[in-house]
Amino acid sequence: MTSSSLSDKPVGVIGAGNFGSVIANILAINRRVILYARDEAVVSSILKTRVHRGYPMSPHVEPTSDLAYLASQCDVIFPMVPSAHFRDMMKKLSPYLHPYHILIHGTKGFDITLPEGETIESVSKLTREQVKTMSEVIKEESVVVRVGCLAGPNLAKELAQRQPGATVVASHFNEVIQIGKKLLRNDRFQVYENNDIVGVEIAGVLKNIIAIASGALSGLGYGENAKGLLISRGAVEMVYLGRALGGDLKAFLGVAGIGDLVTTCNSPMSRNFTVGYRLAKGENLDAILADMTEIAEGVNTVRIAKKCADHYKVRALITDRLYKVLFEGMTVEEALEFLMRYPLNVDIDFL
Amino acid sequence: MWNANAAINFDPLFGFTIVMEILAEKKNKNKPYKPILGGIPDWPVYQLSKNRKEFLEEVTRKSIDRILELRPSRKQLIDELEATAYREQNRIKRNRWRVDPKDDSRFWSDVKKDLIESSAKATEESDKTHEEILKRIVMRYANEIAGNFKPNSYRVTRELIKFWFSRLLNGARVKKFGAFFRNQYTLRDKIQIVGKVKLLRKLAKKGTVVMVPTHFSNLDSILIGWVIHSLGLPAFIYGAGLNLFNIKIFAYFMNSLGAYKVDRRKKNLPYLETLKMYSNVAIQKGAHSLFFPGGTRSRSGLIEKQLKLGLLSTAIEAQRNLYMENPDAVEVRKIFVVPVTLNYNFVLEAPDLIEDYLHVKGQDKYFQEQDKYGSVQLLKFLFKFFTKGSNISVSIGPALDVLGNYVDEEGHSIDNQGRLIHTKDYFISSGQISMDMQREDEYTRMLSQKIVSEYHKINRVFASHLAAFVAFEMWQRKFPKLDLFGLLRLPEEDLELDYAEFRETFKRVRKRIYELHDQEKVYFATHLKGKVENVLKLGIENVGIFHLKRPLLLNKKGNIITKDLTVLYYYHNRLVGYDLEQFI
Repeated sequence: MTSSSLSDKPVGVIGAGNFGSVIANILAINRRVILYARDEAVVSSILKTRVHRGYPMSPHVEPTSDLAYLASQCDVIFPMVPSAHFRDMMKKLSPYLHPYHILIHGTKGFDITLPEGETIESVSKLTREQVKTMSEVIKEESVVVRVGCLAGPNLAKELAQRQPGATVVASHFNEVIQIGKKLLRNDRFQVYENNDIVGVEIAGVLKNIIAIASGALSGLGYGENAKGLLISRGAVEMVYLGRALGGDLKAFLGVAGIGDLVTTCNSPMSRNFTVGYRLAKGENLDAILADMTEIAEGVNTVRIAKKCADHYKVRALITDRLYKVLFEGMTVEEALEFLMRYPLNVDIDFL
Repeated sequence: MWNANAAINFDPLFGFTIVMEILAEKKNKNKPYKPILGGIPDWPVYQLSKNRKEFLEEVTRKSIDRILELRPSRKQLIDELEATAYREQNRIKRNRWRVDPKDDSRFWSDVKKDLIESSAKATEESDKTHEEILKRIVMRYANEIAGNFKPNSYRVTRELIKFWFSRLLNGARVKKFGAFFRNQYTLRDKIQIVGKVKLLRKLAKKGTVVMVPTHFSNLDSILIGWVIHSLGLPAFIYGAGLNLFNIKIFAYFMNSLGAYKVDRRKKNLPYLETLKMYSNVAIQKGAHSLFFPGGTRSRSGLIEKQLKLGLLSTAIEAQRNLYMENPDAVEVRKIFVVPVTLNYNFVLEAPDLIEDYLHVKGQDKYFQEQDKYGSVQLLKFLFKFFTKGSNISVSIGPALDVLGNYVDEEGHSIDNQGRLIHTKDYFISSGQISMDMQREDEYTRMLSQKIVSEYHKINRVFASHLAAFVAFEMWQRKFPKLDLFGLLRLPEEDLELDYAEFRETFKRVRKRIYELHDQEKVYFATHLKGKVENVLKLGIENVGIFHLKRPLLLNKKGNIITKDLTVLYYYHNRLVGYDLEQFI
């Protein structure tokens, strides 16, 4: 199968961060891959050393810094860039895209568009008018309609070591799901299907909030009871928020929801977890962010989710407390104390 | 039947009354549009009816193929046939219409009998029987659906409409007796056509137009037929509810205008597939088409939010088929979807429609088509309409390709950044044009969302809509604790709005409409501009102008009252969906 598929058109990956590079390697098992990196130096270094971010890169991966070339060669493209740069990247890519292109992204963050001079905090309200998922950004910025997303417990390091893992490919189009499956699936990587793309995207985004909280509990030295409590209440909060933002309950119970949540909350490797952990150890946010090489999506997500929860009148206690810890100088202990005392005793009320 | 019209025309009650110019629209200076195609023989719809037999055979054949594709196993087909026969017999028992063929009952009992007999036969033989039964059913449906465009009766109808309408108009508007035979006013003065007319005319020469209007009244079907003609376009084929054919005068109009029949009682698979295939093949053959994608008249008075996807999907399918059949052609005949809104001050059926709506609100229930308004009522209405003001406007929206992209005058699809799009690319997967039903279902949903959003943009706000909206919302605000039903149960005598307060609110909301217009989110009629007192008066006088119980009136103190809050609610709904409530 490998040899015949390799003669097909190559598959594109945009963004040579951890996740992008690992996905490029996974795709390269079945196909030729063209990997876009913004930075010319990264391209030449991959060409020279065949190693990137400590991972050996497959010989089937061809690095490039030319988006036009990538779009002309590939019908299927996986954009894997942080949410903060996603719209800009789409604007640059858009002139080269046609309706026959298929885009499957793996970015777990929201895009927000604010009036000039406003910040998330200063703006009077944040609604779905301003908060977009990446698939919505793709559709707004380009003519591509066949859009999908990847989500699930996909820790880049484990995937790179070929440990077993799974992902969910979500799209309104069966065609996109099947292509994603065909390209990604191998004996170490299981691929599930979902047609609620927005739900899957939102689940993937919101779980980063809970991941920060999990890191914080860990930083305080608490054990498994506390974590179990957090994960289960966190999942409930994700469902509330997710529904307000237009996702369906089912997505939150699947691989992209619970699956990803449990993984990230148990993973000291994850960036969001690290942010929480170090906060609990008493460091301040700016210092933590300053020495991270990649963006911790969860920090921004907390700001956005809090503002949205206010507007849609959703009870999101964990998000709310975390916001106070991150941006208003509340200590992790205070936040925890508030949550433990909160008089709330209905376990599940959404099924 | 035209005698009936003449009789009413000289009715001493209505004849030659002195008429105030209620709606001060500018007189239409536009010259009439020239026909874009020479003679009727060039019209696609005529070609279609000339080759009717071949056309129906093609539809039948392709429908059968499709149904067998959808029900591939023997058991599935038998189940489908049995279900169809059962439902049809049920329909005959429960819900018979005047237009139903006389042999309906016999046909279906024969089908049922044959189905039973075939179950006793050997497999091979009975398979043959089943396909034969399916063919019988599909052929029957195809013949029933098919329109019958006759050039002569089209011409006669067209001239009759034009002649009598302009007689009525001139007789009514100009006070002198002799005016009856003058041609000072034409229908164009009564019915304004605004929007992208030039684009539509151009594209109708370049490709196939699928017009999709909003649907508020049974009169829409006739109105839109006249609009198409007066724009100089060849006749369209259009899907009209079979219930309309129960009313004789409609049946006459519709038959001669090339309408095909859509029977909403029949929900069985063979019928739906045949209907869709009819539209699909006709569009592929280049026949300009029209259907009301809302499926039925808007019960609530709201602009359609949800469209029926069945017929809409045929436009997409037809386009894909054209690409598939001509894979190497540089240019394939393109299909253009044109949203249209019809704007009225008055909807004849409003009281019954809104009753229906309130009755089933909250439950998705089928309502029976009931048409209390026979030929006589309609003619009376038409007469009132022509003699008493209450103009209608028709907004022609921008043309879209089947994916909902805007189209320029050359017929090219254009994206948001003004770049060219090849519509064909949407049907390409791994370098090949392919057929993917699930993909096209999704495209249909996208197209329908786009059409709905265009409806809101091209909707033309009348003073009467605004008056109804403001008044109802103000009453709602006065009783914040009452839900809709509670509010509607209030005795009308208890409802009165202070004039000054109403005027200020009216002004505020009008300002918001101007803003929305600047953002290209809605249109408004020219009469909405000007002194607020005058516009407001115009609105109150015109909203539901011919109803026995008027939705809005001024009382002796000069305050605003209503005689029918429910009907007011109906007219108010026209402006729901623009977030205007916050300005009350």
